[in-house]
Amino acid sequence: MARALVISIFLTLGLMGGAIAQSPDQSPDQSPVQSQSLGQLVAKLPDGGYDDRAEIVHQIAATGDPRAIGILEALSEGDIRQLKSDKSVVRVEKGGAGYLLFDPVTGDALGEVKRRGAKKVKVNNGLRREIAAALGAMTLMSANPDRRLSAAQNAFATGNPEQIPALDAALEAETVKEIQIALLDARAASVMQSDLPVTEKIAALDRLAARGDRDALSIIIAAASDPDPVVAEAAASAQADVERVRAMWSNAQNVWYGLSLGSVLMLAAIGLAISFGVMGVINMAHGELVMLGAYATYMVQEVIRTSAPHLFEYSLLFALPIAFCLSGGVGVAIERGVCRWLYGRPLETLLATWGVSLILQQTVRSIFGPTNKEVGNPDWMSGAFEIGQLSITYNRLWIFVFALVVFASLLLILKKTPIGLQMRAVTQNRRMADAMGVKTGWVDAMTFGLGAGIAGLAGVALSQIDNVSPNLGQGYIVDSFMVVVFGGVGNLWGALAGAFTLGVVNKFLEPYAGAVLAKVLVLVFIILFIQRRPRGLFALRGRAVES
Amino acid sequence: MNKLMKSAVIGLAAAAIGTGASAEEDPIKVGILHSLSGTMAISETTLKDAMLMLIDEQNKKGGVLGRQLEPVVVDPASDWPLFAEKARELLEVEKVDVVFGNWTSVSRKSVLPVFEELNGILFYPVQYEGEESQRNVFYTGAAPNQQAIPAVDYLMAEEEVERWVLAGTDYVYPRTTNKILEAYLKSKGVAEDDIMINYTPFGHSDWQTIVSDIKTFGSAGKKTAVVSTINGDANVPFYKELGNQGISATDIPVVAFSVGEEELAGLDTAPLVGHLAAWNYFMSVDTEENEEFIEAWQAFIGSEDRVTNDPMEAHYIGFNMWVKTVEKVGTTDVDAVIDGIVGVSVPNLSGGYSAMMPNHHITKPVLVGEIQDDGQFDIVWETSGLVVGDAWSDYLPESAPLISDWRAPMSCGNFNTETGACGGLAN
Repeated sequence: MARALVISIFLTLGLMGGAIAQSPDQSPDQSPVQSQSLGQLVAKLPDGGYDDRAEIVHQIAATGDPRAIGILEALSEGDIRQLKSDKSVVRVEKGGAGYLLFDPVTGDALGEVKRRGAKKVKVNNGLRREIAAALGAMTLMSANPDRRLSAAQNAFATGNPEQIPALDAALEAETVKEIQIALLDARAASVMQSDLPVTEKIAALDRLAARGDRDALSIIIAAASDPDPVVAEAAASAQADVERVRAMWSNAQNVWYGLSLGSVLMLAAIGLAISFGVMGVINMAHGELVMLGAYATYMVQEVIRTSAPHLFEYSLLFALPIAFCLSGGVGVAIERGVCRWLYGRPLETLLATWGVSLILQQTVRSIFGPTNKEVGNPDWMSGAFEIGQLSITYNRLWIFVFALVVFASLLLILKKTPIGLQMRAVTQNRRMADAMGVKTGWVDAMTFGLGAGIAGLAGVALSQIDNVSPNLGQGYIVDSFMVVVFGGVGNLWGALAGAFTLGVVNKFLEPYAGAVLAKVLVLVFIILFIQRRPRGLFALRGRAVES
Repeated sequence: MNKLMKSAVIGLAAAAIGTGASAEEDPIKVGILHSLSGTMAISETTLKDAMLMLIDEQNKKGGVLGRQLEPVVVDPASDWPLFAEKARELLEVEKVDVVFGNWTSVSRKSVLPVFEELNGILFYPVQYEGEESQRNVFYTGAAPNQQAIPAVDYLMAEEEVERWVLAGTDYVYPRTTNKILEAYLKSKGVAEDDIMINYTPFGHSDWQTIVSDIKTFGSAGKKTAVVSTINGDANVPFYKELGNQGISATDIPVVAFSVGEEELAGLDTAPLVGHLAAWNYFMSVDTEENEEFIEAWQAFIGSEDRVTNDPMEAHYIGFNMWVKTVEKVGTTDVDAVIDGIVGVSVPNLSGGYSAMMPNHHITKPVLVGEIQDDGQFDIVWETSGLVVGDAWSDYLPESAPLISDWRAPMSCGNFNTETGACGGLAN
């Protein structure tokens, strides 16, 4: 298999110069593999198993025909199908009554067929890898820099020693710095598997050690068992270097994971920090308010998908105010309808709000059904980027930023606005505030509504990383209470510090203890901590505590 | 509040009288024991609807033995002890002739004593960990040798995987399955160091560390795959994290035993293309029977978007087996059905026939599918013939000598071939 690939690479490169401009059908004398036209090869694709198909893929690549790239890409995407009617092989696109048909080689339109009229030419992961490798060889000299880059990366992944001449040729022609680096890396990876002299291998090891990522490390580890003692020794020392650097980065990675988990915890808990911390109401339905926020996101996305798909990228921004109002409104209704009658009776409040939580869950289940709802990630929330060896996913980064923004705005509302002043006044001394003309009942409702609205905002963020199902809230309620109790009741800064501490501690424990035990240990840690400091991390002092 | 209570009680009484009145027509009662609320509602509600559809269709064909079928639906609310109570209610109060139900293994274990004591029949439609065979239960889902082991074989042969991550949710099904898989992999010469086992709690949502660990484990220079027994809701954030951290199926494929069409419905599947699942049925199976089933289902549920999945097919097989047996023995009597059902064979949806074996498991084909961008599976491999469900795994030393045969002379679910006695393993 590997030999066929190599032959194909040489042929491809050999043909790159002039022959490629002509159609291979008109120049049948170039090589034996080309005696079969592209059309004949494509027609044979549906026959046999995956190994036979891989063989044909290599033959298609070996034709050196530029149209082969499109065919192989379509095959990899699963768009090459065989018609059930006349067994001919076509390329399909969704459209019409089922699929629009095209000739795979010439691209001529061939009409359309029903969904079940065309059988897919099966492709599995192994074959997809072969196609990527074959494509890589064909696109190293492509005019499109993105193509060349991905070809170079593919070459690195395969590390096939016999592609070195091709890589050298590509290196000479390459002008883009980034692709040059990728080509050099690919060359180093290939050298390690070749039988080139030791000096070349040592140079390649240095290059890989400098790259220092997981893929490079795996090549270095493999080289450490090289029969040549010089290479093996160099590889072992390179391995030690790379692993030392990686250990450092992995600590940084753990801190980031912890901060990210902390930001999620904080988002879920900060609304509770208001209703439980500031007002002293144990609201078991808090998780369900988060869930309502997530469903609001779902509904907004559904409306956008059907009526204004070009706005999809901004769907989360539209969802924020709607989720805030929906959850906030439900929160005010809970406060006015249930909690108001139960102030000063924490146990009854707990039971009543737990009942409310069940009602909300089942209501959502009845309206939307019990299955998960798909909430899409906008492009700016998908994927990851790397700082050094720290890989940071965009969705976690944005949620982290969002959590901090929510926290800052909340502080601002409480400290700088009249309603914030009244909230603090009512919490600190209800009767005095009442005497000063503050409508305490109204302030209670607004405070609870604010906490609930923020739960709704958390729901928008969580819809990006978790299931949107009626059970969404249950997973967060206990964690949220943990954060508030640990951070110190009645203190927003406590919630911030508590969430991030718990997040980081959890993430450092997880690799050693496993996810289940890490959670248990964190819980034990909190219990012990509360024994020492019953009022949490940031205890309130003064008269407010006593009342 | 009091008034409300009173009216509720009156309402319930009225409902009870209502059902009492209809019992005079003497329909055959079919119990449906699936959670309609709580964490498992996501999976089990669909099965309840599937059963209602099957019963409805059978009634349109004239019922069974000339009598109409009457579904009795109860809601055990994802609460394991409540499953036992509801099962008792179905058998004692409602006097149903057969029960279709349960999803999680722990709920099945909770109802087993009830079915044994009251001599009922339970059809259990979900793939499970095996190591069980009970006279009153018919297992229409896959045993480990009908799902996990063929999937691992596929990865070894086609993807040349040498390093394995066994990731699961922390409860009985993943733990037992992983125990069997670990023993199987070792018997195939996989070293201890090349197996990583990881458990997470139900509903785990923060997968950053574990996915990054898998990435590290997979960069040791050997082809690595993840065998996932992660169950329920935790799958969505797991796959999202895989996609975000850039693990594609060509690097580290994930083969899942609990992810079907229904689970993928809540997910943007574009980054998951190529990851695998092993089942005995996929909605994408290209047969006439399946086409009809999907059409009937979507018409019954009133939505073109609803998918079908493997446990639904298991209920389809189980229900048809029961109907065929009742018609064969001419009665719904429990003992007659249990004796008569062994050997009964009905069409499955993948173009063949499934038969009930003496160990109360059925024969099924095993399919491996790759996830497509439309949330469906593309079948990339299937066993050449049907696989017989094995109640007791051959790869665990404690269960290797056990066999199960509920036919007349033996009538034993755990016969020990070494000691020659029934009751080889404390169950």
